[in-house]
Amino acid sequence: MSVLLDHLPEFWEGLVVTLQLTAASFAGAAVLGLVVTSMRVSPVAVLRGIGTAYVETFQNLPLLVLLVLAVFGLPEIGIKADLLVTAVVVIAVYEAAYIAEALRSGVNAVSAGQGEAARALGLTFGQSLRHVVLPQALRTVIQPLGNVFIALTMNTSLAAAVGVVDLTAAANRVNLIEAQPIPIFVGAGLAYALVAACVGLVTGRLERRLVTAG
Amino acid sequence: MSDLLFDAPGPRARRRIRIATVVGTVVILGLLALAVRQFAAAGQLDPERWQPYATWPMWRYLLGGLWSTVLAAVVAAALAMAAGLALALGRLSRCRWVRLPAAAYIEAVRTIPALLLVYVVLFALPRYGVDLPLFWKLVVPLAVSNAAAFAGVFRAGILSVDKGQGEAGLAVGLTHGQTMRMIVLPQAARRVLPSIVSQSVGLLKDTSLGFVVSYAELLYSGKVLAAYNGLLIQTYIVVALVYLAINGSLSKLARVLETRTQETRAAAADRSRRSTARA
Repeated sequence: MSVLLDHLPEFWEGLVVTLQLTAASFAGAAVLGLVVTSMRVSPVAVLRGIGTAYVETFQNLPLLVLLVLAVFGLPEIGIKADLLVTAVVVIAVYEAAYIAEALRSGVNAVSAGQGEAARALGLTFGQSLRHVVLPQALRTVIQPLGNVFIALTMNTSLAAAVGVVDLTAAANRVNLIEAQPIPIFVGAGLAYALVAACVGLVTGRLERRLVTAG
Repeated sequence: MSDLLFDAPGPRARRRIRIATVVGTVVILGLLALAVRQFAAAGQLDPERWQPYATWPMWRYLLGGLWSTVLAAVVAAALAMAAGLALALGRLSRCRWVRLPAAAYIEAVRTIPALLLVYVVLFALPRYGVDLPLFWKLVVPLAVSNAAAFAGVFRAGILSVDKGQGEAGLAVGLTHGQTMRMIVLPQAARRVLPSIVSQSVGLLKDTSLGFVVSYAELLYSGKVLAAYNGLLIQTYIVVALVYLAINGSLSKLARVLETRTQETRAAAADRSRRSTARA
C-alpha cells in the first residue's frame, strides 16, 4: 500500500492526464458523432454516403493503428502537433463513429409519426431533427452513450502505448522502479473502475430524470 | 430507415438537395486535395516510396504478420467464448454463490483497460514466476477482457428466448440443465451469431496490442518493416488498409447474418399468424 502513497504525485498526474484525455476526446467525439448522424439521416445522398463510409472505416480500424499512424506519421508530412492534442483528436475521431452508431439507433427508435408530424407542421429537415427527433432519440440512447463513454475511458489507455504518460503509463513506470506489481496495478485498475462507476451513476440518474420528464 | 426524416422532395427541396450535394462534394474534394498537397510537399507520394508495396517480399512479410494476427484472434476468441458462455450461465444461475462472482467478474473486467491487463501479464506475472511465451502474453489478456463482453452477448441471447420455451422444457420433465442445453441454448445460439461476429471484429482489433507485447502480428510486423525500410507512413497505411479489408468483410458478414435472422423470424411469425387465422 505504501508504494501507492510514496508515488502519489506520479499517480495523480497520470490520473489527471487520463481525465483530460477522456473529457476532451468525449466532447470532440460527441460533436463529431452528432454531425455524422445528421449526415446519415439527411436527404442528400452524398452526405449519407460520407457518413456511412466514416462509421464503417473507423469501426473497422484498430485505435492503436490510428494512434501510431498519427503520432509517428504526422511529423513525416510536416505537421508538428502536441502529443496529447494528437491523441485527443485521434480518440475523438475514432469514438465519433461509435457515438454516431448509437445516436442513429436512437433516431431509428423514434416513431416515424414524429418526423411526419414535424414535417406536416412545415419544419425543415434541420428544425425537425433539432426540435423533434433528436431530443427524443437522446433519451433512448443515454445508456448506450454511457457504454461508449466507458469504452472511451478504457481506450484512452492506448495513448500510453505511443508515449502519453497517462494513468496506465504512470502505473507501469512506478512498477519499473518499485517492482511491486500487485498494489500498483490493482490501484490503477481501481482508479479506472472508479471513473467508470461515476459515469454509470451519472447516466443512470440522467436516464431516470429524462424518462420521467418524458 | 435512413429515409425517416424527409418526404419525397418537391422542386424546391430538389434544388436544395442539389446544392447540398455540390457543397458536400466540394468540401470532401477540398479536404482530399489538402491532404494530397501536404503528402506531396513532404515527398511522401514519390513513386519509389510506394513501389516496395508492389513487390512480393514486402507482402510476404506482412501476410506472415496477418497470419499471426488471425491465429491470436482465433485462439483468444475460442477461450473468451468458452469463458463467456460459462460466465453467462453463471450469471443466470439460481445459486447466489455462482451468480454473484460471475456478475462481479463481468462488471470488474468491463472497467479495466486491456492494455493494463497486458502490462500485468508482461511485467507483473514474471515477478511471481509466471513467464508466459510471447503468444500467450497477448492471448491471455485479450481472452480475459473479451470473456466479459462475450458473456454479455450470450446472456442477452439466452434472455431473448421466449420464456415459454424453458417452461415447456421443464413441464415435459427435463431438468434445468437439460432444458438449457437442449431447448434454450440452441435457439439462443442462432440469435447471437451476428453479435458474436461483430464482437470478434473488436477482438481482432485488440490483437493490435501485439505492438506493445512485441508479438509479431500485423501492426508489430508493420513497425519492424518501417524500421527496416524507413517507409513509415506507407507501411502503416498499408497495414491500416489490410485491417480495414479483413474487419470490413467480417462486419459485412455480421450485417448479412443479422438481416437473415430477422427475415427468418419475420417469416416464422408470419406463418404462425396465418395458421392461427386459418384455425
